[in-house]
Amino acid sequence: MSSDVKFTDFKSDKQPTWCPGCGDFGTMNGMMKALANTGNDPDNTFVVAGIGCSGKIGTYMHSYALHGVHGRALPVGTGVKFANPDLEVMVAGGDGDGYSIGAGHFVHAVRRNPDITYVVMDNRIYGLTKGQASPTSRQDFETSTTPEGPKQPPVNPLALALASGATFIAQSFSSDALRHAEIIEQAIEHDGFGFVNVFSPCVTFNDVDTYDYFRDSLVDLQEEDHDPTDYQSAKEKILEGDKEYMGVIWQDEESVPYHETHGVTENMADIPDGAADGTMDLVREFY
Amino acid sequence: MAEDLNWAIGGEAGDGIDSTGKIFAQALSRAGRHVFTSKDFASRIRGGYTAYKIRTSTEQVQSVVDRLDILVALTQRTIDENLDELHDQSAVIYDGERSWEAEYPDHITGVDVPLKSLAEEAGGAIMRNIVALGAACEITNFSIENLDEALEKRFGSKGEKIVENNKKAARLGQEYVAENYDLDVDYDLDETDNDYVLLNGDEAIGMGAIAAGCRFYAGYPITPATDVMEYLTGRIDEFGGHVVQAEDELSAINMALGAARAGARSMTATSGPGIDLMTETFGLVATSETPLVIVDVMRSGPSTGMPTKQEQGDLNMTLYGGHGEIPRFVVAPTSIDECFWKTVEAFNYAEKYQTPVYLVADLALAVTEQTFPPETFDMDEVEVDRGKVVDDDTVGEWLDEEGRFRAHANTEDGVSPRAFPGTIDGAHMSTGLEHDELGRRTEDTNVRIEQVDKRNRKVETAREQEDWDYREFGDPDADSLVISWGSNEGAMREAIDLLEERGVDVRFLSVPYIFPRPDLTDDIEAAEDVIVVECNATGQFADLIEHDVLQRVQRINKYDGVRFKADELADDIEATLATEANAQ
Repeated sequence: MSSDVKFTDFKSDKQPTWCPGCGDFGTMNGMMKALANTGNDPDNTFVVAGIGCSGKIGTYMHSYALHGVHGRALPVGTGVKFANPDLEVMVAGGDGDGYSIGAGHFVHAVRRNPDITYVVMDNRIYGLTKGQASPTSRQDFETSTTPEGPKQPPVNPLALALASGATFIAQSFSSDALRHAEIIEQAIEHDGFGFVNVFSPCVTFNDVDTYDYFRDSLVDLQEEDHDPTDYQSAKEKILEGDKEYMGVIWQDEESVPYHETHGVTENMADIPDGAADGTMDLVREFY
Repeated sequence: MAEDLNWAIGGEAGDGIDSTGKIFAQALSRAGRHVFTSKDFASRIRGGYTAYKIRTSTEQVQSVVDRLDILVALTQRTIDENLDELHDQSAVIYDGERSWEAEYPDHITGVDVPLKSLAEEAGGAIMRNIVALGAACEITNFSIENLDEALEKRFGSKGEKIVENNKKAARLGQEYVAENYDLDVDYDLDETDNDYVLLNGDEAIGMGAIAAGCRFYAGYPITPATDVMEYLTGRIDEFGGHVVQAEDELSAINMALGAARAGARSMTATSGPGIDLMTETFGLVATSETPLVIVDVMRSGPSTGMPTKQEQGDLNMTLYGGHGEIPRFVVAPTSIDECFWKTVEAFNYAEKYQTPVYLVADLALAVTEQTFPPETFDMDEVEVDRGKVVDDDTVGEWLDEEGRFRAHANTEDGVSPRAFPGTIDGAHMSTGLEHDELGRRTEDTNVRIEQVDKRNRKVETAREQEDWDYREFGDPDADSLVISWGSNEGAMREAIDLLEERGVDVRFLSVPYIFPRPDLTDDIEAAEDVIVVECNATGQFADLIEHDVLQRVQRINKYDGVRFKADELADDIEATLATEANAQ
């Protein structure tokens, strides 16, 4: 890692096709700043994303990257990290990607606790398919496919993470550039699965969960003197549901990432030219 | 009596059928005898009929036959299920003390051994199957000392006492038969000085993967592929690798994809229903040009089908599965030793051509155990070819004028350079979207055509560079040509001998490569009769061959869930040839 990496080194020369004003610009800038601030460079960073507006992020960033299929980014990122624990792995997805089609993977990635950072760009709407309800849409949010609202409560991603045994849970807001980058930095530095739900407003299809709404309603946990290592307090804040928080809500300081628990420490790319020494013992076992 | 002995133990699942059979198979193998096992099991944990069959000889054996010499029957159903295979030199070992009176035909010999009582005398009723093994040793004149090593291997971890009790149980069974029976059935199981290893196809695939340098495996348990994962678990770690039991097949293939992109030789294994789920990501693997080995151990389909029964019904899915047009390789081992070698090849193809490789095995290969001389798996013969990997020093040749790595460079052979993450200046994007040389999304019509052609071109390159051959058996000059793929090879090789005895000469080609595959045009044109043998109803491989040579072929299809038997196959081929002759 070189110490003189600038956040712009993580920028590709491809111009984003996100709508002007999209929250994803801020989300991505914060990710790039956080990567640079934590001493990473594009050659040791792997960014994985799925489908949708959020999925485009790997194209606009410069690093090793994979743009995968819808909802499966977490398993890919997990596999990358297992194969080479030296890499900085960041997985990005949207609310549909992470909490709908990929909800099962989310639960299991959380409980495995790989040392990766998971950024969900939560705009509470399906943007790229032009405005259908997402799993975090409000119960009464009217869309083309839910003219009377989804009529079912939204997923609480923080509670889902907590119940699955998360070791790091944070929430962020893409337009608060400074705080957002700080929170992602903390997630990167966390030894284990660093989960950040980022409010990343959709200016085209969501006229409820807007920049103004989040600016007015978000409570910064820093100002509340919240201790993120206090599980009870974190649990209450996540489950009470009457406020939207920003900041690190829960961090298990004892967290041991998957690769350390399981002794997966080698770069698996390094293999000999032929069968490794000791493989003949595998045959003898069948005597 | 013939050297070739067919032995079986049958009862209900949960009766310890599998482990008892395995102990006897290992004892026979340790005595330098060839062993071929087959399992008949139901998809349930307890209850239902289950059997473990062993065919053993001093000569190589590679199939099952319709003959049973010694049967250990723990239930009446065991006898009923095997009635047509019992003959007048057959013996049935059963326990008359139990609450059933064994019913068997007069012409066979019943050997009533108080299995439970003798087991209790040795230390516990649980050893009743071991008593039966001792009885079988007496009937077959097989030295009981051969059992000892297998018992030590099986029970060694449970302590000396358990091992000794089991040895005693076996001897009580042997002595009981010696003292109470003067049998007419007569078998002599000769020993040889040969050393053999005994393993099944799933284990051979797992061993081949480690030998080939596979270091990452993610999978989800499914019959009959689970043994691959169970084999790798624990063993792969010793070589710096890791196994993950994923939450589902979708996750499994995506994890394997991630590990492969990080530079690991990576694999997943599943059966047909799992391939269905993985097909979503299969296209991504191919389009992102990621080397990955995907093992499909076929079972009876469609849907949940018959999970514990044989079929070769997934060929079309592995060949054509996925939307759009996807370059891929499909390799199908034809024997248990080839499960090892074709796995090694699969990893080399995957990395040399940066494409997914389906390794297609079937249940009959996966769960069958067979003996081989250990040098069959000579690790010094294993070659690892990682293809066009660039490093910090060579990556420069592949940067564009702005210093960006051309991960999907449009090369003459269709294969682009590959930079493992961590390579300085190698950072790049890969995607399932159509992309340019840099991996960036495009809808440019020219680039689209260029990239599609590039990916397809590597298949053409591979066709030229590799040896897509077949294995040939039988009479090379025979007018009758039989072609098959997968596990049918073993039964077919024995069927050739049976047919020869009847004056029917056949030439047999066993084809391990489905795509790319050998050109059989000349072979087919030179033959008068062509028969394609496979375990499915529609003849998926026969369709391919007809398409290749534009000529109709005869078909022998079996889709009852049971593998081909050598004698059955000989009959079928003879009948097919006769029908063909009459038609002319």
